[in-house]
Amino acid sequence: MALATRAARRPSTLATLWGSTVGKKTVMAVTGVIMLLFLVVHMLGNLKIFFGAGDFNAYAAWLRTIGEPVLHSSWYLWIQRTVLVAAVVLHAVAAYQLSRRDLAARPVGYAHKRQRASYATRTMRWGGIILALFIVWHILDLTTLTVNPRGEAGHPYQNVVADFHTWYADVIYVVAMLALGLHIRHGFWSAAQTLGANNRRRDRPLKWTANGLALVLTAGFIAVPVSVMTGVVS
Amino acid sequence: MKLTLRIWRQRGPEQPGAMTTYEVDGISEDMSFLEMLDTLNERLILEGDEPVAFDHDCREGICGACGMVINGQAHGPERTTTCQLHMRHFADGDTIDIEPWRAAAFPVVKDLVVDRSAFDRIIGSGGYITAPTGSAPEAHATPVPKPVADTAFEHAECIGCGACVAACPNGSAMLFTSAKVVHLGSMPQGGPERESRVLGMVSTMDAEGFGGCTNTGECAVACPKGIPLQSIATMNREFLRAARKAPR
Repeated sequence: MALATRAARRPSTLATLWGSTVGKKTVMAVTGVIMLLFLVVHMLGNLKIFFGAGDFNAYAAWLRTIGEPVLHSSWYLWIQRTVLVAAVVLHAVAAYQLSRRDLAARPVGYAHKRQRASYATRTMRWGGIILALFIVWHILDLTTLTVNPRGEAGHPYQNVVADFHTWYADVIYVVAMLALGLHIRHGFWSAAQTLGANNRRRDRPLKWTANGLALVLTAGFIAVPVSVMTGVVS
Repeated sequence: MKLTLRIWRQRGPEQPGAMTTYEVDGISEDMSFLEMLDTLNERLILEGDEPVAFDHDCREGICGACGMVINGQAHGPERTTTCQLHMRHFADGDTIDIEPWRAAAFPVVKDLVVDRSAFDRIIGSGGYITAPTGSAPEAHATPVPKPVADTAFEHAECIGCGACVAACPNGSAMLFTSAKVVHLGSMPQGGPERESRVLGMVSTMDAEGFGGCTNTGECAVACPKGIPLQSIATMNREFLRAARKAPR
């Protein structure tokens, strides 16, 4: 019997990745890291509110000039928005498909119920849904200003202050930021594990980094509504 | 010891099942968990009832045949196989829930017996090295550094019992698959099939209907052989490398 000299062709790298659970997790890890990097910059930018209306509004205006004169006004922002929307969509689609698989993998549950995994790990799915809804609200509130109580374009400082004077905006924001902290606490370490960056030596440092990032981001973001509520920022 | 057992009884693969309550008396704390079930089965046979079906073979913790979820934990409260779990870890008067491994990829055959041949198919799609059989090769022909041999052996310890799948909230077989990928991947003999092994095994694992990994870490806690959770990260790294580098 003659053997074929060449084995059947293997699917492309992208098809291999998207076609497997490990690859879909990789997509979630990479898009998660992209969103996380954005959030760090976003949080640091938000803290400029403590330097007053002038600084904050000038910073917001400067964001529109990034890349000039190569890029036209606001082009950089649109490029970033496109990347972020793509990241959110890929992250959510992969999460949805993987979750369906995961739930189908145990059609009959255990009669003896036991709490499995940590709170942050168990709330990844619901936390993700809360965050997705928050993103929609947040864009309507402070980007398009559709639901903002003041809603004056070009005056982000005043819009933020007016916004956090309403109780519902405070509640939505704080709940979403707590969900964000929990999501990052499990998500960051999980991304390292999925990308194969974890090993026995790095495990604890990675977990501490995840906790640190979660804490700093949550505290940094919540500082703004809390300051408006307590009158530190007005 | 006197115990109340709630055991999953199911007559066959397509039959409905239910938790059934039994009382057992005269259990010694030195008995293994399986001996306790043997005691119950002897009585059931004498009374003309169908004995509780469960898998077991070596009864010394090295074959991986036995396995049941005891009070919601794979292999019960101790980090060992069910055959090595002793009744001293329970108290007189306890109620113990005993269920089969629950996973779509492990269909129940009868009572506590599940069909784990999905694991065999994962191994069959890459969990080996291709070498000419015949006389054993000269042992010193392929030197293996001691730390590498230790890593390989740590992962070769997997007995394929399936506790990782039973413990995982997603019924994922990532720990099992990673144990074999790391075992063979760290040895020089595993080198030539490094890429095809991980691609083939992960693909079969997905096709068998196991869930994905959400890094809950339940598998490594349940593993009677202590396969570390980080092995999954190593397999992920190997998979991503192979997806890029495997020859087309």
